[in-house]
Amino acid sequence: MDDRRATPPTALPAAGVRAASIDIYAPQWRNFIFVAPFLFFFTMLLLVPLFWGMWLSFHKADTFSSGNFVGFGNYIRLFHDKVFLQSVWNTFYFVLLTVPTLALIGLFLALCLNRRTRTAAVLRTLFFSSSVLSVTIVTLIWRIVFIPNVGLLSTIYGWFGATAPAFISDPSLAMIGIAIATVWWCIGLPMMLFLSALQQIPQDIYEAAALDNANRWQTLRSITLPSIKRTFVLVVIVQIVLQFQLFGQAWLMTRGGPNNLTKPIVLYIYDTAFRRWDLGMGAAASEVLFILILMAAMAQYLVTRSKAGQA
Amino acid sequence: MRAPAISIKGRAFGDRVLLALVILLSLVMVAPVLWVIGLSLKENAELMANPNSVFHAPYTLKNYVNTIGTSSVFVWVFNSIIVSGGLTLGTLILSSLAGYGFARLNFPGRNVLFVIVLFGLAVPEQAVLVARHQIFSMLNFHNTYHGLILPGLSASFGVFLMTQYFKAIPKELDEAAMLDNASRFRTFWKVLLPLTVPAQATLGIFTFLGAWNDYLWPLISATKKDMYTLTVGMASTQTNFAQSEGIGFLMAQAVFAGAPILIVYLFFQKYIVTAVSGAAVR
Repeated sequence: MDDRRATPPTALPAAGVRAASIDIYAPQWRNFIFVAPFLFFFTMLLLVPLFWGMWLSFHKADTFSSGNFVGFGNYIRLFHDKVFLQSVWNTFYFVLLTVPTLALIGLFLALCLNRRTRTAAVLRTLFFSSSVLSVTIVTLIWRIVFIPNVGLLSTIYGWFGATAPAFISDPSLAMIGIAIATVWWCIGLPMMLFLSALQQIPQDIYEAAALDNANRWQTLRSITLPSIKRTFVLVVIVQIVLQFQLFGQAWLMTRGGPNNLTKPIVLYIYDTAFRRWDLGMGAAASEVLFILILMAAMAQYLVTRSKAGQA
Repeated sequence: MRAPAISIKGRAFGDRVLLALVILLSLVMVAPVLWVIGLSLKENAELMANPNSVFHAPYTLKNYVNTIGTSSVFVWVFNSIIVSGGLTLGTLILSSLAGYGFARLNFPGRNVLFVIVLFGLAVPEQAVLVARHQIFSMLNFHNTYHGLILPGLSASFGVFLMTQYFKAIPKELDEAAMLDNASRFRTFWKVLLPLTVPAQATLGIFTFLGAWNDYLWPLISATKKDMYTLTVGMASTQTNFAQSEGIGFLMAQAVFAGAPILIVYLFFQKYIVTAVSGAAVR
């Protein structure tokens, strides 16, 4: 190695440089070695299970054997299963409860905390901090807030001589309770995404607006909001994808009850595949979820694409 | 110049109203946590008699002593460290190699393969869960460390991130190295990899945090108590939640499990925020 480096640079003719650069960028099979390890795991643990799952969804299967081909039998059973239909509705309801709330509160916080003061920095840290906790801790915290008698909520209501709403056990409130815990858990990400969008708005537009005597509302409506419109769409889609995958909060806070009213699709899959061991039907349910999430992911791709195209 | 000055004055008042609102929201963020910490410091008998007793002494560390002494919490923390650490290390190695390959090298089918890897970003864990579980059953991978680590190695995000990062490094650097007769791997290892440390940190923190907090796969794969990760183990002790005897103890466990990750967050805040928001936007 050393003696090679010792050869004076003049010993390399210009032609040698060209040859080397052609050599660098020509397609070569041996270059594949660098991507091969990842592609191995990607294929074995993602692509194979993906297609295996599709195949399973057309079979009646349990843990160790993949039984008979049943065609669309699992899907037909699925769409005749009231619990499944309920879980699809529950998931949409949950997304409807959480996503607009997360987007609007996240935007509000970002607008308020987009400044260089120490207070703003501390509050930003605070609002993001819940995002690093695991679902187990978050649900533990919120169950103790909602629990009757010793709960924070019932203690606060108790000071005013009132009874706290039963966010876990009341059928009409249970999903709202889960949504509250989820918003508390997830608010950091939308806030941060909005903050980074706000910081990209050129400051001189605001200075020009101030010179034109624009008030706060006018500035917000005609400068800030139009500049972050795309981020808003992005935040909504990212959150739809995330919240569609609701599982831990529902499983740990209510077990899907009362009366399956808080059972989301993923919990239905978990129940069907891993507690009743009806793997074929569980696989069919997960394909339905996959299609729903894929549609949202497509929308995200289109939004980020058009952003890149415009820039 | 006078007009802007007036509007800035108006701003100061509005700012205070908004700040008050934000501080109110921040109370909603903090109060539940303080409540949990308060409960963790109380005797159960006293709590049951009067919930308001949280606000005054006597406080006790008994629940923490019990957490450390009697529960399997240390086994679960150990498992979580092995699984999260293993997955992070594996992801960094695979993603760096593949990122360099996709960004810098040419091989037949490269572009098609990269599109397929990108497609992996859109596949949610739940879509492959059932089949993965069946494959792992056949291979006897359940209740093992590799059974918990392997699924995460198939995530495309790291490859995507590293490819972008390698692409941003000037090509002249590799060309100079190649002229020095360094091999492909040497160029990667000695010249380019040291430049990707910020991306490694982002990806590493994101992967570690995700693995540490993962719940669904460990719940399905680790069914033996001594193979639980911290999230699954903690969740398993919550089942007898309504019973009166355990609340202070459960809360002590929650604080015990949550505090370290919050402290780490305070130190690595900038990286964590970048990692998480970067992963969301992709």
